[in-house]
Amino acid sequence: MTEASSLSRVLYVDLSNKRYWIKERGDLFKERLGGAGVAIRLLKEECKEGTDPLAPESPIILCVGYFNGVFPLASKTVAMFKSPLTKNLGESHAGGRCGVAMRMAGLGGIVIKGKSEIPVYLVVNDEGVRFKDASALWGMNSSSTVGRIIREREAGAGIRAIMRIGRAGENLVSYAGVITETFRHFGRLGLGAVFGSKKLKAIVIHGRASLTLRDARGYREVYDELFRNFTKTSLMKKYHELGTPMNVLPLNAANSLPSRNLQRATFEGANALSGEAMSERYLGRRAACGHCPVSCIHIAALRVPYETESHFYKTKMISYDYEPIYALGSMLDIRSPEGFLQLMDRVEELGLDAMSTGVALAWATECMEKGIVGPEDTGGIVLSWGDYKTYIKAVERIAGVKGEFYEALGKGVEYASSIYGGEEFALAFGGNEMPGYHCGLATHLGFLVGARHSHLDNAGYAIDQKLSVEGRRAEPPELAKMIFEEECWRQVLSSLVVCFFARGVYTPEVVSKCLTAMGINLTPEDLKKVGEDILREKYEFKFREGFSFDGLRVPKRVTEIPTPRGFVTEKDLREGIKSFEELLKKRMSARAQ
Amino acid sequence: MVKRIAVVDVDLCVGCQSCMFACNRRFGEAGLARTAIFVQSTGGFEHGFAVKVCRACREPPCVKVCPTGALTKREGGGVRLDHRKCISCGNCVSGCTIGAIFWDEVLDKPTVCTYCGYCVSYCPYGVIKLEEVEGA
Repeated sequence: MTEASSLSRVLYVDLSNKRYWIKERGDLFKERLGGAGVAIRLLKEECKEGTDPLAPESPIILCVGYFNGVFPLASKTVAMFKSPLTKNLGESHAGGRCGVAMRMAGLGGIVIKGKSEIPVYLVVNDEGVRFKDASALWGMNSSSTVGRIIREREAGAGIRAIMRIGRAGENLVSYAGVITETFRHFGRLGLGAVFGSKKLKAIVIHGRASLTLRDARGYREVYDELFRNFTKTSLMKKYHELGTPMNVLPLNAANSLPSRNLQRATFEGANALSGEAMSERYLGRRAACGHCPVSCIHIAALRVPYETESHFYKTKMISYDYEPIYALGSMLDIRSPEGFLQLMDRVEELGLDAMSTGVALAWATECMEKGIVGPEDTGGIVLSWGDYKTYIKAVERIAGVKGEFYEALGKGVEYASSIYGGEEFALAFGGNEMPGYHCGLATHLGFLVGARHSHLDNAGYAIDQKLSVEGRRAEPPELAKMIFEEECWRQVLSSLVVCFFARGVYTPEVVSKCLTAMGINLTPEDLKKVGEDILREKYEFKFREGFSFDGLRVPKRVTEIPTPRGFVTEKDLREGIKSFEELLKKRMSARAQ
Repeated sequence: MVKRIAVVDVDLCVGCQSCMFACNRRFGEAGLARTAIFVQSTGGFEHGFAVKVCRACREPPCVKVCPTGALTKREGGGVRLDHRKCISCGNCVSGCTIGAIFWDEVLDKPTVCTYCGYCVSYCPYGVIKLEEVEGA
């Protein structure tokens, strides 16, 4: 039996030579808690400067932390890699069962390098690693079929994770994701393409560890307090009942929901695709990630008639969340829930990131509207707002890399617009496609300065929303400070690794108390310092790989459409970026002294 | 009063594993190595879940296949396990028709529900309950 505080084992896998070994890295976990904190260190160790993200030597890092398998809502795994989309820091977090499964298999981290000569999938458990032939799974039409086959062949039902890629990952589309447990994802920044480049189709992982606690009674007490907060108070209500799509109506009402490639900030289909309507008409089942009582996974049951056979139907189970509704619904002005769900389903089967895909298609549609791109570029396909059937054809071509235009589109809007034009409405920040918030200055500043250019880095949009409620204006330097502090604290949560939805419960004081029960003494202040250090290290990696704050592109479109807090100006954004950079540099020089 | 864990409505189950972790916490430990209740999907999350836990049979097949008398009938239904007599043969695991006897990875012995009901208080959706066995 192991102590819960002694997380230490990192599994190294060499796909070229089909070898694996374990290294004890206990000191690293002690210093950095696990998750993002350990992953960035391993990435710096394993990824040499200038590495091609899709080269065999480019590493895949997966990490969990002290809280996985120990406390509720610690259900996430952090993946780090070099992003084929931004050519810089790649980081994405997935729920499902992989966080718990990795910890229960006795692992804190996994580092995968090399390239297999044939498609393989890995089976990882407490006995080691098996390399299995995945030739028959390669090229399959649907990622869920791949999941079903592996489910039937491998052990660990109920406690395993099956991470897999779809055809988009095999074909190295820059924003291909990795799917786990059919409905959760390492969605952003192209981990799927890195899997594909290594001929790695899937990873199955499971185990059944038991971890002892320094203070067993204290552990049960703090656990019970957390559990009560998660299940008996209103703190998780939003995620629990309607799920993340609860955001659709309030964001739309506040003129913050981008539609038609942000030509508008309201969506005419908001009522039909709202959390309320989706729940009433389509919600077929709810599910939960490992060790999480909240069950935010909302799965629609969609009954679709066959066009060729009368009295023949299929019922598809399709998960929906706010961001996909924004990207594949609102951005494309698809007002029919059935249309959105069918497009969503195909995106899942092909293994694309729903957010980047939606934004890419929205950019392409506006290009066609403006005559920048014509049917001669798109293989005769005419993209138009709301036409989900045509969008389904287009995603097939993106995933299949069919023709020059789709190849460019599959590298993201930053790249595609550098070839075809339309940069001013190519909605990407630091190369990553825009999330579904147009709430004000802090929102866009957050996207720009966030280490992975994701809304979850620092939740700038929440700062805008809070200031709106308070009826207060804040200058760019103040916003930058708030964003910086939030992003630092989130490094601690993503190192433990708890779901960001639990951030209201896992305050610095509560985290410190949980660690004490494990025999780890870190004060809230200590934890905040760890968070700052992790963010600093992430930025050191970014700078090493060529990132500069001055080089950030502000898509003109975000300054043309008013937010609820007025127009966002490039001048204010630049001022905010400067302030953020100063805060970060101050941290870096303090470290150097 | 003889009690058992009853599955009230398995369609309410979201697969959150809270019951599984609770069972292991009885020993003050985190994890799943000793848990005697398991939840698994019935062919992917989209098809829902199955809860596997001892139903406290009146004539338990696991008792019949235990060669050492480590498993004995509990009055009113269900079993009791005496670790001292158990030789870790695993017959009971394969002998349980519903697959509700598991392996304690720490002790290297079977683990089966003791009908304590600790897991029940951690099921947020009322999937399981502790009930009195009728006629016991």
